[in-house]
Amino acid sequence: MRRLKISTILICFMVLLMFPPITVKAEETGYTYTYDYWGYVMESPDAYKATAFITGSSLGIGDFNKPQGLYIRDNLIYICDTGNSRIVILEKVGNEIVFVDEFNEFTGDVEITTLSEPSDIFVDENGDIYITDTKNQRVLHLNSDREFIKALTRPNDETVDAASDFLPQKIVVDFSGRSLVLVKNYNKGFLQYNSEGEFTGYIGANEVKFSVVDYIWKRISTKEQRASMEQFVPTEYNNLALDKDAFIYCTTSYFDVNELRNDQAKPIRKLNSQGDDILIKNGYYPPIGDIMWDNFAGANGPSRLIDITAMDNGSYYAIDSTRSRIFGYDPQGNLLYAFGSRGNKLGYFQNPSALDHMGNDLYVLDSQSAGLTLLELTQYGQLIHDALAEYEQGNYDESAKYWEQVLYQNGNYDLAYIGIGRSLLRQERYKEAMEYFEIKYDDENYSKAFQLYRKEWVEENLGWIILGAVALFVIPKVIGTIRKIRKIGEVDEF
Amino acid sequence: MKIASFVDNQKLKRLKESLRYSLYVVTHPLDGFWDLTHEKRGSIGAANIIIILALFTRLLSLRYTSFLFVKVIWEQVNIIEIILGFLAPIWIATLGNWGLTTLFDGKGTIKDIYMALGYTLTPYVLIQLPLILVSNGMTADEGSFLGVISSFSYIWIGILIYCAVMQIHDFTPGKTVLVIIATIIGMLLIVFVLLLLFSLISDAIAYFVSLFKEVAFRFY
Repeated sequence: MRRLKISTILICFMVLLMFPPITVKAEETGYTYTYDYWGYVMESPDAYKATAFITGSSLGIGDFNKPQGLYIRDNLIYICDTGNSRIVILEKVGNEIVFVDEFNEFTGDVEITTLSEPSDIFVDENGDIYITDTKNQRVLHLNSDREFIKALTRPNDETVDAASDFLPQKIVVDFSGRSLVLVKNYNKGFLQYNSEGEFTGYIGANEVKFSVVDYIWKRISTKEQRASMEQFVPTEYNNLALDKDAFIYCTTSYFDVNELRNDQAKPIRKLNSQGDDILIKNGYYPPIGDIMWDNFAGANGPSRLIDITAMDNGSYYAIDSTRSRIFGYDPQGNLLYAFGSRGNKLGYFQNPSALDHMGNDLYVLDSQSAGLTLLELTQYGQLIHDALAEYEQGNYDESAKYWEQVLYQNGNYDLAYIGIGRSLLRQERYKEAMEYFEIKYDDENYSKAFQLYRKEWVEENLGWIILGAVALFVIPKVIGTIRKIRKIGEVDEF
Repeated sequence: MKIASFVDNQKLKRLKESLRYSLYVVTHPLDGFWDLTHEKRGSIGAANIIIILALFTRLLSLRYTSFLFVKVIWEQVNIIEIILGFLAPIWIATLGNWGLTTLFDGKGTIKDIYMALGYTLTPYVLIQLPLILVSNGMTADEGSFLGVISSFSYIWIGILIYCAVMQIHDFTPGKTVLVIIATIIGMLLIVFVLLLLFSLISDAIAYFVSLFKEVAFRFY
């Protein structure tokens, strides 16, 4: 009877074990999320909240038509209203965004003094305006009174086909007056012009990859086959932005999908003045936007990042045209949060075309709904920003305090655990730091903490370790000797 | 009573001896596997013990290896799945190898094959079990050392399996390679047939269930 009972209980247990644990999920709102170590989506509180949507008619200047370019300097917002061939200037005063000015022509000694489908605008600290006047095939440089200074045109260079159209798309200008222009169908990188407006070369071209397999194939194939094989197209970028130190952040959406996850495609790059990619990638995944490419309202495949903006605290934000999401990354390349979606509610985008920031606020220009969305940090987002800012300045303990508050609101926020762990590490509380790192699988930091902990442990227990080692040597010898003596005894007895 | 305990003692002694023999087998595989079956120095009991030890090693290494080297999504772990995932390949390999070698003049019985396979897992226990402990004293950079030792254990097992098949069935080295490849194909076939069988059975059950439901609906 007793046996029967035990076996029944055992069977019950076996049956229970047969079923995997059931996961319970809260209803998905899915506006803001992060990815965990395994690449699973983790719901998160909203870090940014849309607070305003500004259209042309709400400003009383007629609706925008397919606006493409957005630039923000200080409190002024410059919008390239591409379809209407005009530039609109707005200003943020307090919490209001007010209309300042609009223009579509300028004065100066050139043939055409109007704009034709301008696609991007840049304003330097002197107030000089640079406009990619796409349909007129030039980049305009105007002073703050909108007087013509110079135009950047098709370079007289043998690498450029003189018959092709010169369609400048995007522009930035650094402190020295060097202009970097992104031109459609030019795939050697960005065109560089010096402050005099002379073409000086390309920057940021893809390094040519060469594999042994390719080499062998080329050796054994015929000339015709070789000609048809050369389909290697270098990267064509689709946008660029400068950060506060004049490094170039740029995005591309032309890549081999299979090369995304192993970080060969590099959809986000940070170029130094030599054109080398110096983006730091210490996150679980390289900064490629979405990790999970689930079907989303008919949109498939990886994120296609189309604009980027770098904030003063070193974090950068990129916007994706596949699912209309914004991805925020910290300076180390960790995903801070992803948010936004496709739709026509406030905070959702139909066809985002440009992204920029003013302070910590984000501005998204939507070419289809022809409006500008203002996104502001929530209290949760502010905590993350504060934590990052304190960390950048080296105040690790202050930073940990903010991270702890972040954890109250989002227990799934990996960076908070790692941030607290780092602070503990600096306070030489290695054991606790190791726990925090272990929770979020931070191998590198865990190893650092563990190494120090191990050292400490060995120093503290050196006596015992030596004793143990000696015992390990001595005890078998003693046993051996005893056995020998016994055997001798036995022999003697015999 | 006395006799019974005497027999038990004998059995226990034999089990102990055959278990200790596994240490000889892994260091002298050619000689060892020959004697394992031909000189009756191995035992099924010992093979079972080694397999169970190896299974425990596997489970322990999942749980207790430092997370730097083995990361597990605990929310998705099903222990039955892990246990069967470890044992089923052994059973299927035994079955597949036996089925093939009976056709190709193999000298080993199914018992011999199972026993030999059990013995080949000895290095897994010998190396992976201490590695669990060692891994907890290491940083990520030092992990390559672990990787080398761990892969060494797998290579060792591979060599042992080769020797085992050759010696049990009294094959030439070349034929052994062919038989091992054929066994792998045979294993895949067995898995395929099993899957087919399971899906057919579940379909059949679903059919009768729906039939019952339909009938119950009509008459109730």
